[in-house]
Amino acid sequence: MNNAKVSNSANISTSFSGAGFKGAGFRGPWTLLKKELLRFWRVAFQTVAAPVITALLYLLIFAHVLAGHVQVYNGVPYTEFLIPGLIMMSVLQNAFANSSSSLIQSKVMGNLVFVLLTPLTHFQFFVAFLCAAIIRGLVVGLCIYLVAMWFVDIHIANPLLVFAFALLGSALLGTFGIIAGIWADRFDQMAAFQNFIIMPLSFLSGVFYSIHSLPPFWQKLSQLNPFFYMIDGFRYGFFGKGDVSPLTSLCIVGVSLLVLALITLKMLKSGYKLRA
Amino acid sequence: MNPAIRINDIHKKFGSLHALKGIDLTIEQGEFFALLGPNGAGKSTLISILAGLIKPTAGDISVMGFDVVNQYQQARQLLGVVPQELVFDPFFNVREMLRFQAGYFGRGKENDAWVDEILEGLGLTDKANTNMRKLSGGMKRRALIAQALAHKPAVIVLDEPTAGVDVELRQMLWQFIKKLNIEGHTIILTTHYLEEAEALCSRVGMMKQGEIVALDSTANLLNKFAGKKLRLTLGGITLPASLQSLLRSQENGIFTFALSDMEQIEFVLSALRAAHIKVLDMHLSEADLEDVFLSLVGKTS
Repeated sequence: MNNAKVSNSANISTSFSGAGFKGAGFRGPWTLLKKELLRFWRVAFQTVAAPVITALLYLLIFAHVLAGHVQVYNGVPYTEFLIPGLIMMSVLQNAFANSSSSLIQSKVMGNLVFVLLTPLTHFQFFVAFLCAAIIRGLVVGLCIYLVAMWFVDIHIANPLLVFAFALLGSALLGTFGIIAGIWADRFDQMAAFQNFIIMPLSFLSGVFYSIHSLPPFWQKLSQLNPFFYMIDGFRYGFFGKGDVSPLTSLCIVGVSLLVLALITLKMLKSGYKLRA
Repeated sequence: MNPAIRINDIHKKFGSLHALKGIDLTIEQGEFFALLGPNGAGKSTLISILAGLIKPTAGDISVMGFDVVNQYQQARQLLGVVPQELVFDPFFNVREMLRFQAGYFGRGKENDAWVDEILEGLGLTDKANTNMRKLSGGMKRRALIAQALAHKPAVIVLDEPTAGVDVELRQMLWQFIKKLNIEGHTIILTTHYLEEAEALCSRVGMMKQGEIVALDSTANLLNKFAGKKLRLTLGGITLPASLQSLLRSQENGIFTFALSDMEQIEFVLSALRAAHIKVLDMHLSEADLEDVFLSLVGKTS
């Protein structure tokens, strides 16, 4: 018995020596991404269908009430102007919602420990949550686009620009969602993030109007809002015109993303709020 | 051969609370080790440091030779920890959770046979496709243990796995864990059920207020600390003062003494004779871990 035990433990030690171990490889972060995707897909009614309905309600109501009253770009009807803004706003809000709600739920439920116990690096953790947020944002955006096509004839002038802004915008908000998810300890703190940062910034970003229609002071203020550049750049891709140059918007969004990503990676690496 | 776990002068401070005061402990590969101690002794803090969930204030820990901070990827790959809290992910069923858990560690379809083995060993086979939310408390506990085993770790840490668990599960769990131990996995267990530690573990460490107060083989601890238990039925008498220090408990005229060696029996009996107290019944038994535990940590807690 004793001998058998010794030889067996020798077996384990060679098979589990960890020699040549190269981390969880590609499969580790891929599994985390897959889990995050399934998590929102299982409740797609709430995570995809609901935001699509909300965006369509905005479209129907605002288009009906404001068409003819609001002057936007020359030659662009208000309803057509509104659609890219609504799509992008939903992309941004849902990218944020995905990473932030997943993290806060796992923290409150306590099941985040299952991920923290694994060999996943802080970078792999970041990439998995980020990609899931991007995909959720893009899926919601695409659904709104497809449904809106039934009502309005939408033409896209520069698809590459549309995709670039959707990608960078959802990445930026997905990253911000990770920061919020790590920082918040309770659901009400997360709600404060949503209600006092995400909602005002997205509503005051020019989704429903061109900032050129604003008084100079509010124009200047809008230009400090990063959401404005994401919406404007995205809209530029549709119409080939916007309030500012798409290159400026691209740079601002890109730099913001870089800064937030570095902050997030630093938080994750230090174990801030996750590893005491 | 590297030890399964090497803990070297670990300190942990939470503000002014010195939760761990320089823990040194080595657990060899293939051991079945019990870590005992009252609530607040620091067991879970120590395990959290081992698992990388908490950072030590000073000192280091390695798993199979890999430092849990600097070589955390290798260390965690070799380690499976069952958390004490009954946590679960409400979005998935049992099998999905186990596949995900194995996937985080880089294991894919080739691991499915092992997942089936865990499900069977823990009596979860017919719950494999049940959502975690719909499982009873006991079943959730099994799933929690299964998750820690999903990547087939060499070192398995169970932090009070049987707290609030029925007898059937406990037996099933220990049968499975014993099998894993025989196959070469190192098992570390914290528990409040001392009889479990006594029945299963070859070596025991006892913690109290952030320190290890006893560390020895289960047999040695039993010999060294408690020796024998002498239970005498004496009726409603007043015990001579000289015997008070040996008295462990007293109920309905039955007095239990903890004796460190056989010679003390003669001492007890002669003291009773001198006091003209008649022994109505006598029962001598081996002390169990509970006696050791009480004599080491029980008095002040």
